Amino acid sequence: MSILRAEWTKFWTVRGWVLGTVAVAGLIMVFGLAPGMSGSCGKHGPASECKPLIGPAGVEVKDGFTFVHQPLSGDGSVTVRVASLTGEIFAGPGASRPGLAPWAKAGLMVKSGTTPGSTYAAIMVTGSHGVRMQWDFTHDKAGPSGSGPQWLRLSRAGQTVTAAASPDGSAWTEVGSTQLTGLPVTAEVGLFVTSPQYSTEFHEGLLNGSQGGPSLATGTFEQLTAEQGWSGTAWHTDWIGGKPDWSETPETEQEGSAFRVAGSGDVGPTGAGVSATQTLVGTFTALIAAVVLGAVFMSTEYRRGLIRMTLAAGPRRLHVLAAKAAVVGGVTFVCGVVAAAVVVVFGQRVLRANGVALLHTTTLTEVRLMVGTGALLAFSAVLALGLGALLRRSVTAVTVAIVTIVLPYLLAVTVLPVEAARGLLRFTPAAAFALQQAVKQYPQVDDLYAPAVGYFPLSPWAGLAVLAGWTVLVLGAAAVLLRRRDV
Amino acid sequence: MSVDMAELSKVTVTSRPAPGTTMGRALRAEWTKLRTSPGTLGLLLAVVAGTTGLSATVAAACSGGTCGADVALTGVQLGQAVVAILAVLAIGNEYSTGMFTVTLTAMPRRLPVLVGKAVVVAAMVAAAAAVAVAGSVVAGEILLPAYHATFRPAAGSVLYLVLIALLSLGIATAVRSPAAAIGTVLTVLYAVPIIVSVVTDPVWHDRFEKYSPVSAGLAVQATGPDPLIGPWKGLGVLALWTLAALLAGAILLKRRDA
Repeated sequence: MSILRAEWTKFWTVRGWVLGTVAVAGLIMVFGLAPGMSGSCGKHGPASECKPLIGPAGVEVKDGFTFVHQPLSGDGSVTVRVASLTGEIFAGPGASRPGLAPWAKAGLMVKSGTTPGSTYAAIMVTGSHGVRMQWDFTHDKAGPSGSGPQWLRLSRAGQTVTAAASPDGSAWTEVGSTQLTGLPVTAEVGLFVTSPQYSTEFHEGLLNGSQGGPSLATGTFEQLTAEQGWSGTAWHTDWIGGKPDWSETPETEQEGSAFRVAGSGDVGPTGAGVSATQTLVGTFTALIAAVVLGAVFMSTEYRRGLIRMTLAAGPRRLHVLAAKAAVVGGVTFVCGVVAAAVVVVFGQRVLRANGVALLHTTTLTEVRLMVGTGALLAFSAVLALGLGALLRRSVTAVTVAIVTIVLPYLLAVTVLPVEAARGLLRFTPAAAFALQQAVKQYPQVDDLYAPAVGYFPLSPWAGLAVLAGWTVLVLGAAAVLLRRRDV
Repeated sequence: MSVDMAELSKVTVTSRPAPGTTMGRALRAEWTKLRTSPGTLGLLLAVVAGTTGLSATVAAACSGGTCGADVALTGVQLGQAVVAILAVLAIGNEYSTGMFTVTLTAMPRRLPVLVGKAVVVAAMVAAAAAVAVAGSVVAGEILLPAYHATFRPAAGSVLYLVLIALLSLGIATAVRSPAAAIGTVLTVLYAVPIIVSVVTDPVWHDRFEKYSPVSAGLAVQATGPDPLIGPWKGLGVLALWTLAALLAGAILLKRRDA
C-alpha cells in the first residue's frame, strides 16, 4: 500500500506527467467535438429531415418491398410454390446487367399492417443463401439450402407464426417458429419480393472502398392458396416503404393463383453506416499520449538511477512494478472514461446538428464505448510501461507500443484488402479497437463492414482480451527480468 | 556518469587546434558520436528489415490481386518509425544524459552542431533507406504480379524517409524530452493520417490530404490516377514541414539554455 502511495505521489508531482494526463483526455475531446463530418439531413428545410425507421428491436431498419397481400383474420395458413427467382443489377445510368443479389428475397409474409417498420414474420427463397425464415428485421434463421423451385408455407396460431419449406409440396420441413407480440387479429398476409443494394469492394491507390447500386428481383409464384381458416382471393399489390429503389419496377402480373412479382429494396436491419464510433477518433492521439506516459513513468527511473532508490525503499520489486502499473493504468482509465463519456454524449449531438445521419446506439452500448475507451488506453499505457521496464529506453518502448497498437489499425484502414485487414485485427494489440464498435454487423445484410467504418472482426471483449493478453505477456517478461537483472 | 566522462575526453581531444573549419569539425564529431553510439547500427538494420519485411508481408497478402500496385512500398510505413527513433535519439540522448552541455562546451556555436547532426543523420538514413526500398522493390517484383518497379516512387520513398528523419530531429531539438519528442513524431506519422481519413467533409479532407506532412509526402509513392497533389509537389510540402521543424529547433536551441 505504501508503495502504491509512493508511486502515486511520484506521478502527480511531476508537471509533465500531469500535463500528459490532461492531454489524454483533452485530445479525445478536441477531436470528438470538432465536427469533421457534415451531411444533408435537415439542411435544406424540414423536408430534408432524416427520420430513421426504427424496428421493433429498437434498431434502424429498412422496410421496402413489393407486397401482394390481403387482410386475413384469426388463425390459418398460406402456401405457395416459388417457381423461379431472377434478377437484374444496376450497371451505370440507364444500364443493367442480369444477376441476382445474394440476398434477393421472394416468399410469404405475415405483417401487422402496411406501415413500414411494423412487426412481421416471413419465409423466403433467397438469391444464394437458400431458404430462410426472418422476422422483425434482425432475426434470421437458415432453412434448407440449395436452389431450384421450392414450396413455402406460413401458418399462424394466435401470436405464433411457423414457417415450413418443401421441395415437392408433400414432405414438409419446419424451418422455425416465433412469437410476434403485437400481431393484431387481422394481419396482412401475402407474397413479397425485394432485392437489396449490392456493393463490391474496390482498391484504388491507397484507398479502399465500396461501390454499388440498386438491384431488382422478379419472382414467379404458382398455386398461392390460403387455407386452414384463411380464405380469399382478393390479392392486391402495394409498394411498402414508398417507391422501390429500382426506378422502373414492373407491375405485378396475375393469372389465377399464379403471380409474377418484381421488387427492389430490403427488409432487414440497416447495413454499415456512420455511428458513435466516429466521435472517438481522437483516441488515436490520446493513445500515443497514454503510451508515452506509461513508458516514461518506468524508464525515467532508469535514466536518473532513481530505480536504485525506489528499490531500496521497496525491495520487493514485483510490488513496485505492480504499483506503477496500477497508478498509470488507473489514471489513464479514468481519463479515457471521462473523455469518452463527453464525446459520446455531445459528439453525437454535434454530428447530428451537422446533418449527419448517425446510426442509433443503445445506452448500454454507449456505456461500453466509454468503459472500453478507458480500458483501451489503460491497457496500452501498462503495455508501454512493461516495454519501458523491458527495454529500459523510453523512446524505443514508446515506438514499439505505437507500432504494434496503432500501425496495424492504420494499415487495416488504408492499404490492406479487407480479408488481410481482418486477420491483422484479430491477433495484434489493435484488436482492442473492437471495443469502440458501436453498431452490430448483420450477416443477412451484405455490406462492406470494413474496419475503416468501425466494424471489427472480433467481439468487443474478445478484442480487449487480445490486448490484455499482450499486456500480461510483456508485463510478465518485464517482471522476470526485473527480478533477475541488476538495476 | 562514466560514459559521459569518456565521451568528454574524446571530444576534448578531437577539438584541439584541429585542422578544418568549425563546420568540418562539427561534422566529424557528430559522425563519430552517432557511428559509435550503441544501437545505431541496430536501428539502421531495423530500418532495412522493417521496411522490407512489411513490404514483403503486405505484398504476399495482396498477391491475390485485390490491391493496387503501390502497396509494394507499404513497408515505408514501418521504416519511418525506426528512422524517427534514430533521429530523435541523435539529439534526445544528449539532452537526457546531460551530454549536450559537454557538446556545447566543445562547440560553443550551436548552429553548426545542429547542422552537423542533420547532415550525419540524413546520410545514414539515406544509405539505409536506399537498401530498404531496394529490398521492397525486389519483394514487389517477386510477389506482386501487377507491380513494375518505377524510379519515381522508389527514389521518392528514400527521400521521404530522409525528410522524416530530419523532421524528427527538428522536433526532438525543439521538445528536448526524447519520449515527448517521439510521441509528437509518431502522432504526426500515424495518428494524423487516421484522423484525416475519417474527416469526410470534402473541403477539409482535401486540405488535410494536400498539406499534412505524411499524406502529402507519401503522394510520391502514388501510381494511381489523379492524386490530390502531385508526387514531387507533395514531397515539397513535407520538405517545408521539415524545414519549419528544423528552424523551430534551431531558434529554440540558439535562444534557450541547454
